[in-house]
Amino acid sequence: MTVMDPRDVFHQEARELLDQLEEALLDLGTSSDDRDLVDCAFRALHTIKGSGAMFGFDEVAGFVHEFETAFDRVRKGSVAVSPPLVQVALAAKDHIARLIAEPGLHAADGETILKRLRAIVSSDEDSGRSDSFPPADAQSSAAEPSRVQSPLQTWRVKFRLAENALVLGANPVLLLNELRELGPCEVSVAVDAVPPLESIDSEVCYLDWEVVVSTDRPRQAIDDVFIFIADGMELSVETLAGTVAESPRGDKAATTKAVDVDKPRDSAGAGAKGGTSVRVAAERLDELMDRVGELVIAQARLSQLAVASDDGNLKNVAEEMERLASSLRDTTMGIRMVPIGSLFGRFRRLVHDLSHDLDKEVDFVTAGEDTELDKTVIERLADPLVHLIRNSIDHGLEVPSRRIAAGKAARGQVRLSAVHTGSEVAISIVDDGAGLDADRIRAKAEEAGLIAPDAKLADHDLFQMVFHPGFSTAKEITALSGRGVGMDVVKRTIEGLRGRIDLGSRPSGGTTVTLRLPLTLAIIEGMLVRVGQGRYSIPLSAVEECVELPRDAEAGNSGRNFLNIRGHLVPFLRLRELFKTRTAIEPHQKVVIVSAGESRVGLVVDQVIGNSQTVIKSLSKLHADVENFSGATILGDGTVALILDVAHLVSFGQEFESRLRDERIGRAA
Amino acid sequence: MRTGIHPGHAGRAMTALTLRLQDEVFAIDAESVREILDVVPITEVPNANAFVGGLINVRGRIVPLADLRLLFGMDRPPPDVNTRIVVIEIDLDGEPTIVAVLADRVHDVSEIEAATIEQAPKIGMRWRPEYVHGIGKRGDEFIIIPEMGRIFATGDAGPSVSQKRG
Repeated sequence: MTVMDPRDVFHQEARELLDQLEEALLDLGTSSDDRDLVDCAFRALHTIKGSGAMFGFDEVAGFVHEFETAFDRVRKGSVAVSPPLVQVALAAKDHIARLIAEPGLHAADGETILKRLRAIVSSDEDSGRSDSFPPADAQSSAAEPSRVQSPLQTWRVKFRLAENALVLGANPVLLLNELRELGPCEVSVAVDAVPPLESIDSEVCYLDWEVVVSTDRPRQAIDDVFIFIADGMELSVETLAGTVAESPRGDKAATTKAVDVDKPRDSAGAGAKGGTSVRVAAERLDELMDRVGELVIAQARLSQLAVASDDGNLKNVAEEMERLASSLRDTTMGIRMVPIGSLFGRFRRLVHDLSHDLDKEVDFVTAGEDTELDKTVIERLADPLVHLIRNSIDHGLEVPSRRIAAGKAARGQVRLSAVHTGSEVAISIVDDGAGLDADRIRAKAEEAGLIAPDAKLADHDLFQMVFHPGFSTAKEITALSGRGVGMDVVKRTIEGLRGRIDLGSRPSGGTTVTLRLPLTLAIIEGMLVRVGQGRYSIPLSAVEECVELPRDAEAGNSGRNFLNIRGHLVPFLRLRELFKTRTAIEPHQKVVIVSAGESRVGLVVDQVIGNSQTVIKSLSKLHADVENFSGATILGDGTVALILDVAHLVSFGQEFESRLRDERIGRAA
Repeated sequence: MRTGIHPGHAGRAMTALTLRLQDEVFAIDAESVREILDVVPITEVPNANAFVGGLINVRGRIVPLADLRLLFGMDRPPPDVNTRIVVIEIDLDGEPTIVAVLADRVHDVSEIEAATIEQAPKIGMRWRPEYVHGIGKRGDEFIIIPEMGRIFATGDAGPSVSQKRG
């Protein structure tokens, strides 16, 4: 557990770098002349190569090296970024991922990809490359694929390691050996910087090396030797007289290059989003959350003691504890919260590939990327969203010709957005395609025996059919969808997260799928209420207001269960009836108005006790059939209180309301 | 249901915690017992299966509280000084789960000789046979060994009392 396999570290690092690479490549697809993006992609490649070689993934390092050399022309600006180039670069990125995941299985594919890449970069290349190029291009000759040999050149390489380099594991012998691999070397060492014996720190390297190396390899090869220890080191590389093309640039170019070497490394860190980070196993976070939960409970008990006591000191300590515990709680929760944008980013590639494979032009629009959700929820959302986006593009969007015939723009649009509503996060996938075909769904459902022929069903209920296992209306099975697996899995996953799916559609107006997910945080602010002898917690984020139950509604025998809240009718539920409370009805009942989505409902309680921090603990499987509660919590006095499932109660209330309305209409008729 | 003696009966003795429910002595495998508590405040779960109608706090953990007396058709007097809560770990659909059961009184931990354990008789018993793993004997006393896995199974058991409220 404590000792990590270095290969695992590489796997994780490579995954992040590949994501970074993919993102940059996709961005390049839209803004092809952004130099920063090219550099970002290049840096990611270079780091993968370096650490791949370090951890023994030679195959990866070899492929990336070839890829890098070809891609280098793009970096040097001599080849323009084009859609085919992005396409092949993405294929190469996937290949790298495969090489890392299953070493030794895919070697042959690599050559095909490289051939395609080389074909693109060389066909695209400017003609004027052969003779005197401007200084900015000088290195593109040096950066050609390493197989192409440059004329033999002699370089003087001077370097001194950073003071802490030895402590960090650099080994000058290895560096010298690497230089020797480039060609014959003359190595000399300067001891000018060695201090008097008494002030020598045995862990600091004081030596300056000067190496004269003759090599047919490009200049880049020399810089690459030092790339991983470039921070803080002094390096100068200059060509010696006798080489024609480079001599005018001499010292100046060499020194600037030395600076260049560590600059990209700095910005690589910044580019990796969020600067330094620490990897922590998810279960440790869960454990931390549990401990914080227990702390919050203990603190609540302390506060209760303090309130009951006259001891001023105790009160002070209790207050301070309360402050600390709540900020610790917020911090811990913050660690678990991840903006959903991290997930949205992954789908850009999916959309890119799908639109390419299906010959449909798609604009992929995202909104609400900074909406935060618990990390585990986000992870479990990935697969369902992939299914839904695939469905939108494969089934939803029409081919351009049909879109134009229908009077729509040839480019389809898929919009993915996330937004907080009350205690939920709503994630919508909206396409402007053909919409669900209600007739086909009905025919299919009848065929499968899911509904009786001629059964009267609202569109809403009919659409629910697509969530049945094995249900597919696709005329042909494509590689992507139509097999009828998917929507039922999506539904199961979302329900497993205590969420819901709404499906809306207009003929030729597109389909809207909305996933509503509760903010399943481990700790929430709750409003504590009492019904009979039981105490219940209502998530405060769902509470809109509290009002007195009007005297005439108290008895519970008037025909209406509505409140008039500033002109709006709000149905209310008597929790004591719902919970079959046996104690006598108390006077002065309160109504807590809660909301979920767009609807509101009032909950009649006996007493509003106050706000409290609520640590959500899920109920065991033995209580899986109890629908009104989303979990339970432990109160300050050590007793257990149930947490109301607001979304469920609201939909229950709405059903209740429509049933009442139907009854009344029935009576009137 | 089951035919023949359960293979678990053969050979070794069973170390069991014995407890009393109404007039009967029950035995629970001692290895599954986590702790024995005095009565703590019980939170009622509205609309839950009455058999597991409560929740208790066991050291910061929320644990469902089951009342076996309901399954065995016994009276349910309010807790008194002898009432205890036995916290056990059971296997629930393959997941180890902590549950608590009420006991009118807890006796002791004792060995029940394997030879004395018999399969529950199909007649002459007012309890559902699938809830009884076997009947042991100690002296003149019969000891009921409940089939905990079956009793707490979420799939098909339980509903026999789900709508009744006590």
